Amino acid sequence: MQQLLNGIFIGSIYALFAIGFTLVFGILDRLNLAHPAVFAASAFVGIELVERGGLSLWAALPIVFVFGAVLGLVIERVAFRPLKGRADAHFAGLISSIALAGMLVALLQWRYGPDTRRFPPGSFPDTRFEFAGAQVTLVQVVILAISLALMVGLTYMVTRTRLGRGMRAVAENPTAARVLGVDVDRVTAVTFAISSALGAVAGVLFAINVNTAQLGMGSAIELKGLAVIIVGGMGSLPGALIGGLLLGLAEVFAVQYIGSSWRDVIAFGLLFVILLLRPQGLLGARKVREV
Amino acid sequence: MRTKLHTVAAAGAAVVVLASCSSGGDGGDSTASGGLTGEGSGESCTIEGEVPIGAVLSLTGAAASYGESQQRGLELAAAELAEQDGVTYDLTIEDDQTDPRQAITLFDQFVSDDSSLIIGPTLSNAAVQADPIAQDAGVPVLGISNTAAGVTEIGDYIFRDSLTEQAVIPQTIAQATEQFGLEDVVVMYSNDDAFTESGYEAFTAALEDEGVNVSETITFSKSDTDFRALLTQAQESDPDALVVSGLIEAAVPLVTQARELGIDVPIIGGNGFNNPQLMADAGEAAEGVVVGAAWNSSSDNPENQAFLEAYEAEYGAQPDQFAAQAYTGLKLVDHAVRANCSAERDDIQEALGQIEDLPTVLGEFSIDENRDANHPAVVQVVQNGEFTVLE
Repeated sequence: MQQLLNGIFIGSIYALFAIGFTLVFGILDRLNLAHPAVFAASAFVGIELVERGGLSLWAALPIVFVFGAVLGLVIERVAFRPLKGRADAHFAGLISSIALAGMLVALLQWRYGPDTRRFPPGSFPDTRFEFAGAQVTLVQVVILAISLALMVGLTYMVTRTRLGRGMRAVAENPTAARVLGVDVDRVTAVTFAISSALGAVAGVLFAINVNTAQLGMGSAIELKGLAVIIVGGMGSLPGALIGGLLLGLAEVFAVQYIGSSWRDVIAFGLLFVILLLRPQGLLGARKVREV
Repeated sequence: MRTKLHTVAAAGAAVVVLASCSSGGDGGDSTASGGLTGEGSGESCTIEGEVPIGAVLSLTGAAASYGESQQRGLELAAAELAEQDGVTYDLTIEDDQTDPRQAITLFDQFVSDDSSLIIGPTLSNAAVQADPIAQDAGVPVLGISNTAAGVTEIGDYIFRDSLTEQAVIPQTIAQATEQFGLEDVVVMYSNDDAFTESGYEAFTAALEDEGVNVSETITFSKSDTDFRALLTQAQESDPDALVVSGLIEAAVPLVTQARELGIDVPIIGGNGFNNPQLMADAGEAAEGVVVGAAWNSSSDNPENQAFLEAYEAEYGAQPDQFAAQAYTGLKLVDHAVRANCSAERDDIQEALGQIEDLPTVLGEFSIDENRDANHPAVVQVVQNGEFTVLE
């Protein structure tokens, strides 16, 4: 039971991170590899807000959300928009976003130094519950609730609102969307902003969960995020949610039943098995190109 | 301070020039400034010239916090030695910027400056790269913080006064077994780091010697931060203690999460846990963490009490282990110089190897046949946010 909860908690953070990834990919057909840098940057900024600004953890979260959104606009503006007219825009954007990620991490190192940073002691309430024989902290429950709320909110926005309709139209066919009066540039920028805001919140929640922020934390989760969106089905939001939870659980149960040294082998091996059985991912639609 | 160091370096350079001029005449055995051998022995030893000692410390960069403590320890010892009669020391401290390449450059410089001995460098990885230069040139080196295996194996001119993890861990396990009546433990270590892996090997050997059963061995990566799954796994075998070989980056979240999951047994850590940052960052969760260390800050031996008092008076702060080992280092050098009443490199090398049961800040101190330090370790447990002696 404890392991199941461990898996769900870490899996929900993977999912939140991956959803930011898959949102940009699903709608704009771009892979934003600066996303992991946003994840790391927001963790450091969140810690600074609590440490220096004296804010409570929960007051810092909305600020980090906004910070992430702004960073998303910058990423779109710097790494993607100048390249959008090129024939190889997809690949060029991939590389320029890696470059931007490198710059962001270098800026972080300049600002915060190479050391691991943590929230000041006493930032978290140390309330603990016993749930079906397992130990759960209030912080973990709140992390799970925030992740789920953001994912539900995002799904509602994409399926029900005017902005969401615009996004889906752009995803379908940008040129047609523009002809129909959708402001494609605006939709693109907003998509990046939302995506990065989610990644930023995921970064802070991860830092809260383990009380550690390191410069390399983005690259540590990057591969997991990519694996999650591939398994979930590229561009599928519920797929990213399920993929994230699945990866979290796979890691935990690999430790439980096979051995800690085999964790990554088992977790990623399982993903390959899923891809062999369902190449389009769990909830991905098979793309049919009509001639 | 900077200007003084520069002057000293310039003077050193001048000495080299003089020495190389004169070496043609008298077989190269002389040193420029008045000779480094003297009359008498021990306290009565009198050496006319100044004895040049070089120290390579990491005063900037990642290891700067260690280097700063070491600098204070060395300068305190140098000030005390300056008040003694007979031998005067010319201590030159240089900064390797936590960069092994810079350490190599400085070692080259000290070797050609005719330094009698080199103290340092701060980090083991710099020692592994820079020490061979001194070994080849026949200049004795005294490491004051290197704990990695293999440093003194570089050659017969390389010594250290820092107790290795391999020396501390058996004492830690023996003491903890006695105090907590350990029967079953779970061992956790990061298997992608050479230091923590050698710590793990020392732990398993020590546990076997004490007849403690290891019910499970769990590995993690040094970049891991979420240990909940591993700890839940450890919890299931209901151990008497967790034995962990990991760096401080892993120690903090590991200890915090263990306590969150309700694991209240002692957590016995390796050298990585021997860091006040543990209590600063993990807070209450750090209570009950057991870790061995080379220096017992509360030891009541007279050398230690005098050191604590002098350090407090000079810097207005408590010394740490790095300061204590640095301070002891220079005192050992003084002992070795006076033993043969000579500051020639070979004479110091011979005398260092013969140090036995010398009363120091670190306790009764000997250099063993591998040129490693040998003295009692102290086993500490975190209580009320501080390391206290486990007894």
